[in-house]
Amino acid sequence: MQIYLPIAEISVNAFLLLGIGGMVGVLSGIFGVGGGFLITPLLFFVGIPPAVAVATSANQIVASSVSGLLAHLRRKNVDLKMGWVLLGGGLVGSGLGVALFNYLKSLGQVDLLVRLCYVLFLGVIGALMLVEGLRALRRARMGGGAVLKKRNRNWVHTAPLKVRFRTSGLYISIIPPLLVGFCVGMLAAVMGVGGGFIMVPAMIYILGMPTRVVIGTSLFQIIFVAAFTTLLHAITNHTVDLPLALFLLVGGVVGAQIGTRIGVQLKAEQLRVLLALLVLAVCAKIALELLLEPSELYSIATGGGK
Amino acid sequence: MIRLLVLLALLFARPLWAEEAVVLGLSRDEVAITARFDGSDILIFGAVKRETAIPTDPLDVIIAIAGPSSPVTLRRKDRVAGIWVNAASVQIGSAPSFYAVASSRPLTQVLSEDEDRRYGISVERSINAIVTPGMTVNANEFTQALLRIRKEEGVYQQLEGAVRVDQQTLFHSSIALPANLTEGTYRTRIFLAREGKVIARLQTKIDVRKVGLERFLYNLAQEQATLYGLLSLVIAVIAGWGASALFRLIRLG
Repeated sequence: MQIYLPIAEISVNAFLLLGIGGMVGVLSGIFGVGGGFLITPLLFFVGIPPAVAVATSANQIVASSVSGLLAHLRRKNVDLKMGWVLLGGGLVGSGLGVALFNYLKSLGQVDLLVRLCYVLFLGVIGALMLVEGLRALRRARMGGGAVLKKRNRNWVHTAPLKVRFRTSGLYISIIPPLLVGFCVGMLAAVMGVGGGFIMVPAMIYILGMPTRVVIGTSLFQIIFVAAFTTLLHAITNHTVDLPLALFLLVGGVVGAQIGTRIGVQLKAEQLRVLLALLVLAVCAKIALELLLEPSELYSIATGGGK
Repeated sequence: MIRLLVLLALLFARPLWAEEAVVLGLSRDEVAITARFDGSDILIFGAVKRETAIPTDPLDVIIAIAGPSSPVTLRRKDRVAGIWVNAASVQIGSAPSFYAVASSRPLTQVLSEDEDRRYGISVERSINAIVTPGMTVNANEFTQALLRIRKEEGVYQQLEGAVRVDQQTLFHSSIALPANLTEGTYRTRIFLAREGKVIARLQTKIDVRKVGLERFLYNLAQEQATLYGLLSLVIAVIAGWGASALFRLIRLG
């Protein structure tokens, strides 16, 4: 069934859109990532103009994150208090990030910097997570399941302004979460993503939150970041395509529900290893794009300047 | 006096060179883009009106349809320190979003170089000159790339032999408008040519417009951007909540 999208000005197959939305929704539900890094290239592939793809996928991320969050909320897997703290730091960070982005843009080659940022960040985070996850997995298998994890006390616990995060079972200073939110917010704004797959590892490894709680909490803050992005694009660029978003999100919300159920079945170590593989796959894809000779050297952008 | 006026009127009514003129019909002069729009075929047919005997040289017919034009920026990737980055760029004054030229024989046989330049008929001539000042790169390479990419996308079409001419008088052709059609006025020109020269031409337009829901959403996005953005978010949240509630019902029920 073909459908004409009024903003993208192209006719595409509705079932294809449902499929893309569904697939990304499943990942979103399992890992607590928004899926922006995945859905935008898929939309390019279908022939949607880049500006429309970026803006509309932000809208679809809102939908699948809400869907996933509600499922996690029912299981009491969301640390709302932590979510608000991260979000607070995140909003300040993304405000600064947008300013930094515009400054870099004025210098030119911001596109390249963003890509290098991606490769570096994803590569390092993915590799560390994979090594740690595999080790934990092996230990869990040999130890017969129950592993006593020794809480390592570091500056996260010793800094002042301690607050109790009941759902996460943490009693730590409020400064580290604020800083994590701030840094992820800034990176997300510069790199143009929701920041889920930087936030999730940061929450696990820096803040020491239990993997079970991390995903719901990440979805919670992604909703706000993605909603903000959608509004910004709708108002300044008029590039949000409602029918496109509708088909993506119908697939996405259903996928997110399924993903959440899959995620519950997985062990924390398995989840971390899978997320690490996903992060590394995205990293490899971007690195290859930079290293291999593209089949088409030229690209067309309508409108002058930029 | 009256006789003189009639004579003058006749003289000015049609240009002196037009011994033959085009009479045109279009299967439709409006294309409505609805939610189910998936491309459209336009049938163009017509006849040659003449008061003299048919000349012995073969008659050729060229039909050109051009979509709305806009400026275009072309970028080329180059290898810098081992990685591929956007390096050179060129801005092109204006390029049509769609261009199809159908002819009764290959265009180079039908039309001389001069005539093509004069009327801007071939796909290559439909693109306006380059405007970036002081560029050191070979601009021609970039225009060629634009033509190549758009031809591959099917938005620039060169349809040689797609116009059928009967008895040097009747002609017809069918041009397929693709699914990714931009809204606007599509300038449609018909040329009659003999011996590489244009001997008569006619210009008309096809209006491509979004209608119904497509129209409404497009206008809303342009004119009530904040409202539209909020609407998108509300729909997203409701859909997310709805799916969650639905799955819960399924699980419980």
